[in-house]
Amino acid sequence: MTDSQTKIEIRNLYKIFGDNPQAMMDKVRAGVGKDQLNEEFGHVLGLSDINLKIPARGIQVVMGLSGSGKSTLIRHINRLIEPTSGDVIVDGENVISMDDKALRDFRRNRASMVFQKFALLPHRTVMDNTIYGLEIQGISEKEAAKRASQWIERVGLSGFENNYPTQLSGGMQQRVGLARALATDADILLMDEAFSALDPLIRTDMQNILLDLQQELHKTIVFITHDLEEALRIGDQIAILRDGEVIQQGTPEQIVLKPHDDYIADFTKDINRGRVIQLKTIMSPPNDQPGPELPGEMLVEDAAQLVTESPSSQARVTDPSGQVIGVVDIKSLIRAMARPDIESRIEELEDN
Amino acid sequence: MDWLIEFPELGRGDLRDLRKGIDEGFKSFTRAYGESIENFFDPLLHFLIGLENLLLAMPWPIFIALVCWLGWLASRSLKIVIGTAISFFLIGLLGMWEDTMSTVSIIVVCTLVCIGVGLPVGILMSRSDRAQAIVTPILDVMQTIPSFVYLIPVVMLLGIGKVPGLISVVIYAIPPMIRLTNLGIRLVDKEVLEAADAFGASNWQKLTQVQIPLALPNIFAGVNQTIMMSLAMVVIASMIGVTGLGQPVLKAISNQYLAMGLLNGLAIVALAIIFDRISQSYGKRLQSYRQGGHGD
Repeated sequence: MTDSQTKIEIRNLYKIFGDNPQAMMDKVRAGVGKDQLNEEFGHVLGLSDINLKIPARGIQVVMGLSGSGKSTLIRHINRLIEPTSGDVIVDGENVISMDDKALRDFRRNRASMVFQKFALLPHRTVMDNTIYGLEIQGISEKEAAKRASQWIERVGLSGFENNYPTQLSGGMQQRVGLARALATDADILLMDEAFSALDPLIRTDMQNILLDLQQELHKTIVFITHDLEEALRIGDQIAILRDGEVIQQGTPEQIVLKPHDDYIADFTKDINRGRVIQLKTIMSPPNDQPGPELPGEMLVEDAAQLVTESPSSQARVTDPSGQVIGVVDIKSLIRAMARPDIESRIEELEDN
Repeated sequence: MDWLIEFPELGRGDLRDLRKGIDEGFKSFTRAYGESIENFFDPLLHFLIGLENLLLAMPWPIFIALVCWLGWLASRSLKIVIGTAISFFLIGLLGMWEDTMSTVSIIVVCTLVCIGVGLPVGILMSRSDRAQAIVTPILDVMQTIPSFVYLIPVVMLLGIGKVPGLISVVIYAIPPMIRLTNLGIRLVDKEVLEAADAFGASNWQKLTQVQIPLALPNIFAGVNQTIMMSLAMVVIASMIGVTGLGQPVLKAISNQYLAMGLLNGLAIVALAIIFDRISQSYGKRLQSYRQGGHGD
């Protein structure tokens, strides 16, 4: 990834919670660890030396369990939380050194946010919630209402414009949250566990809405979640956070195929790998046997279905120009889908 | 061992000098500034007198219709409107119309002053813990000090009349307005405020678009309490020249006129109930958005 495509760059970001974070900063730089800092000095190391380049026009997922610092991290991007040390560069501009007015303008026009608990204004209707960001920007009421109703329609809430948030279900409330964030036309969208409070079915629904919108809007989305399944599904890039440190970053495939340590491997063990791994990752060199031609970006699970139904037991993998670049057979497809612990047993069986 | 049994109090002469010193000091303050303070409150006096004259000059059916209309706008409850009409009609029938108009006008002015002063003070308190630490004990004093005690300096400063009466009523009635404004704003959901921050709202935008609207039910409870307390203070304020339903009550107490005291007292109760029901149901209507099909 070249620098010109980097939208948000987080550099050496530290956040220490406590009475005197600046003084603790030197100790942390000198190598004092999280536990020692907590036990001896009574300060909590929230984020430790975070470095992250977030590509433009893609979905960057930050995944971690509760307490990993993921919500703290996303709040540094629009500076709802002040860092103890470090920089957040957006489009070449350092958010951390902005004055109050510049920061307000940044939040109004360039980065909007969706919250886990929706954080809608309870005394405003769906319409008035959606225009909230535009109102703050100072856009005329008529123009704001026009733009807002487009977004209300896009998220599927037409007809509910005059309802109050408490009259809506959780999924519908979060659609309002999404419409409110999209209406400001900011090209960065920060989503803090936006779908975590929703039922599984509604969550999938919302993920689909987000992916559909993204196909068209190409915003830079930073998406926080504690759910690996969700992370793999929507992320172009994933960063995994533990105890305030990034322990691995990469594409969903890289996370699943090459987990950095046992902690991540443990997570990925139960994942449906067929939905993450692409054909081009597991293909072998091309041969002359026939088979349906499938694009290299196709997921293993989808390909397995097609190959099973075709008369030949293999498929030819093509690149975007249609050139055949390799083949996959049924066996390799199944192997790719198998859980890693089972995979090693298969190898044992084959050796005997 | 005498000093254990007898409290070591200051000498008689010292105490007398102390009291004298305070009295003299306040008297000279009064002489120096009394007039300018009086002038300062002049617009308020004119407003109060103007309102009172307006209410007295207004034909009674129009007044009842006006109050009923306001009651309807605020409460949307036919029961309250009918109750209001009957109460005012009975008050008029029993010969208390003019005193009631005086009382209504002073209550209206007091409430407006309490809102005008209490709302900004409450907002200030909610924004700064230091302001809260300073104002809270002052409010405690205002609420617990016997009202007769602060009538003395007020009368010394401004004499007997409507304005000192108004001031003593305001001192008595303003604390709930300030407290509940402060409380209401502090109780606003932190997550909603964070959302406002995330969308780049300025402090003023946060205050007017988020904090005050969401604190409104509490603020309104404060207005309601303020009205109730001003009505309770009307009798005491009549001792220093406030006209209205309090004066006949005072007369009734000193002459043991049972029926007169009872009737005027009940008229105050009727006013209190009318104001209370109307303002409470308006406060409830402000929260109607909280009662949805989902969520609760």
